[in-house]
Formats: sequence, C-alpha cells, structure tokens
Amino acid sequence: MRVYFSLLLLVASSTAYGQDLLNLLDAELEKDKKPDYATATFKATRLSNGHSIETLAAGVLDVRISHRFGYINTGIDEFFGLDQATTRLALEHGISNRLMVGVGRSSYQKEVDGFAKFKLVRQATNGAPVTITAFSSAMVKTGPYDDPTRVNYFSSRMSFAFQGLIARKFTESFSLQLMPSVVHYNLAPAPNMNNNVYAMGVGGRLKLSKRISMNAEYYYQIPDTQYAGTTNSLALGFDIETGGHVFQLYFTNSTGINERAFITQTTGDFFKGDIHFGFHISRVFTLSDPRKKG
Amino acid sequence: MKTLSGLLFLLLAAFPSFSQDVFMTRNGKISFFSRTPMENIDGVNNEVLSVIDLKKGEIAFAVLVKGFHFEKALMEEHFNENYMESTKFPKATFNGKFVNAGTIDLKKDGTYPVQVEGDLTIHGITKKTSATGELIVQQGKLSSKSAFKLTIKDFNIAVPSVVSEKIAEVIDVTVECSYQPK
Repeated sequence: MRVYFSLLLLVASSTAYGQDLLNLLDAELEKDKKPDYATATFKATRLSNGHSIETLAAGVLDVRISHRFGYINTGIDEFFGLDQATTRLALEHGISNRLMVGVGRSSYQKEVDGFAKFKLVRQATNGAPVTITAFSSAMVKTGPYDDPTRVNYFSSRMSFAFQGLIARKFTESFSLQLMPSVVHYNLAPAPNMNNNVYAMGVGGRLKLSKRISMNAEYYYQIPDTQYAGTTNSLALGFDIETGGHVFQLYFTNSTGINERAFITQTTGDFFKGDIHFGFHISRVFTLSDPRKKG
Repeated sequence: MKTLSGLLFLLLAAFPSFSQDVFMTRNGKISFFSRTPMENIDGVNNEVLSVIDLKKGEIAFAVLVKGFHFEKALMEEHFNENYMESTKFPKATFNGKFVNAGTIDLKKDGTYPVQVEGDLTIHGITKKTSATGELIVQQGKLSSKSAFKLTIKDFNIAVPSVVSEKIAEVIDVTVECSYQPK
C-alpha cells in the first residue's frame, strides 16, 4: 500500500498546492469507512402521540410535560376546550445511545407508565435501509377499580403495549415511519371483550425549515380486535426546535397520552371537531459528557 | 507479480529520500471553541487525517464533519443537521503549502515556526486561508500545531437570530497532529 501511494505521489504532477496530498487523504478516508448512520430521522422521541424510532443519547435526561386541552367543539362555554386539560408528566433517560427508559404519570384514568425502547437496526448509507426500534411499555391504573364488587387483583390494573417502530429518512426533510402495535389488557374492559388490540400505525414528518417540521400520525386498529365505540387515533402537528427545547404542538382526537389510551381508547371523531389541542414540552439535561466515555 | 514488486522496490530505492519526506497521520486532533457570554461550545475531532510533504513544502488535512463530538448530544445533532449540513457536505479539507519553507532537519530536535497558505473547504465553500503554526521535530518524529480563527459567515453557515447570542461569530480553531513516516 505504501509503495502504491508513494508511486501515486511520484507520478501525479502537482496542480494546486497539496492537491495530490488531498487525493491521498481521500483514498485513506475511503479505505476504512465507518458506517454513516442516518441521524435525526425525527426531531424528538415522539412523533405526536406515539413514539418515534429516536432514542435519547447516553447520559441525557429528558423532562417532559405533555398537555392536552379539551375538545375544540365544546364551544365558548368551555372556551373551546381550553378550560379542560389532561396531562402526562415524565422523566426519561438515555442509558446508551440505543437504549432509553422512562416513567410517566397521566391524569387521564390516573395511570402510571414505564417504558423501554431499544434501537435494533440503524439506517446507514450503504447499510440498512431503515431504522428499527423495539418499544415496550407497561401501564398501571391507580384509580378506583372499575367494578369494586368483583374480586380484584393488582394485575387487573395493568396493561401493556408492544411496538415495532420502523422508519426511513428518505431525504433531509422527509421521513416515514410504520408502527405495528399490540396493546394487551390483563383485564379486558368487559367480560365478552378480547384482551389484545392490534393496530398498524403510520406517520411521517416533513421539515418546513431547519427548525420546524410538520408531523402526521395515524393508528389503524384492526377492526376484529377494536373495542366497540372507539375510533382510530389521528394527530397532526408541528415540531419547533429552539436550542435545548423541542416544542411539539398538535391536534388530535385522542384524549389519553400513553399508548394504551391513545391507541385503544380514542373516542373522538376528528372530522366532527372532536379535536384536542395539545403540546409536549421537552427539556433535555446532559448528565454526563458523552466524550468522556471510552 | 514478483518482477513488478521488484521493479517497484527498485524505483523506491532509487529515491531513498522520498518516503522520508512524506509524513502522515490518521488520528490528528482538531478542536474548535465558540465563546459567548451565554454559552461556550467546543467540538473535538480525534480522527483527523493529515499529510505533510517536506520536500515539496506542502500540507493537507481532511476530516469527516460527523467526527466532531460535543459535550451535549443535542449540540452535535444541531451542528450536523442545522449548521454544517454534514450529510450534504460530509468532509472539511485543507490543502496548502508552507510560505516560509526553510529546511527542516529531522535529525535535530527543534521547533520550526511556519506559515501555511492554501484552500480551506468547509460546508462546501472554499476559501483562501493562511495561518501560522509550528512544526516540531523531536527524536526524529514530526508533529504540527496551529491555532487560528475562522469567521463562520465566510462559510455560508447561517445562525438564526434566536440562538445568535449563543454562537460566536468568530471561532477559535486548534490543530495538533503527530505524524508517522509514510
């Protein structure tokens, strides 16, 4: 190799100063190329309601406040929904650059949730075409039992969600994500109801500028498994990035904020004006300098 | 094949001084510093490629923009996504020559002040640049050091007004490389 490059140097006549040397460095760069992973497929760990393939970087703590007002079509008496609110407060943490965990509490049905999310496959130039992230969450209702007359177990309060998040960053501004999902209820809402609800989510983002993107997200529940009286969750929104904050503003027909609630218990009809205005505020804190690890 | 390599060897042997004049590194260090009253930002890249040809008096650097690492993950993301657009412009390079090329004696330890002039390419913009630095010879080993300033506007890097108080207009850059004979 050394011989080859020396020869190359010898043969090539210099045009600009150091141009030959630059060519030599280019060849070196090509020689052991590391995979060039797609970064920032989405701006945040959430698309709108649900998760995106993104995970927090190692050592990053994310303090999240999710807030959702009432339905816009409640009219002036409810100040177009602004009188009501459901919230989720959460602490989320990046354990490695591919694994993150979080805990949250939602006011809707007084639920506590915990989740873990792991990036299995990363999209790369000349590598995998998509990023795949596995997501799993557990939710516990902390309010009174729905039916206090029957024998109730703690496990009856619990439900779980499992998702495969598959996304591709097609261009710098356009990314698309698919989210096959299943929500499991330990105790089905009624005796004759199924415990599992299957859904397929689809979502994407389009950057309007370097710091603002438009997002859309839809979860289609498989009709055979869908609970009666529920609708599919739809969200349209914007991500606005300002330094350490990402504001996510959106309009959705879902009232609940965790996966069980918005995938399987949405009841609003978006096109009849059952629309909540909501936002996530995310503030990240760096607990450890990533350069000091290894 | 054997004849060929033999020939190559002869060719090389005919210019014994040649390979001693070319020095290279794959793990040079370039760091930059943006200092403002609001926030200090520094990025470090430890995988800088550089080569020096002492005979011709030329020097070159090449660096992958994604190789700069920061104190905060979000800084790194913004650096790549919003400012350097590193998917579109993955590399930054410099190629130039020593202006005051005196003879550098590799057999004698010493520090040689040098001035370098050449083309600096960052964010797809090439600009004639000059900087001062030094070449250091220690026990037959060659290393380089330089510190200079860059104005980010020169490289068509836009800083929106919301964050303009956090990002300096002029960035301090330092370069440190230890070379091996090539």
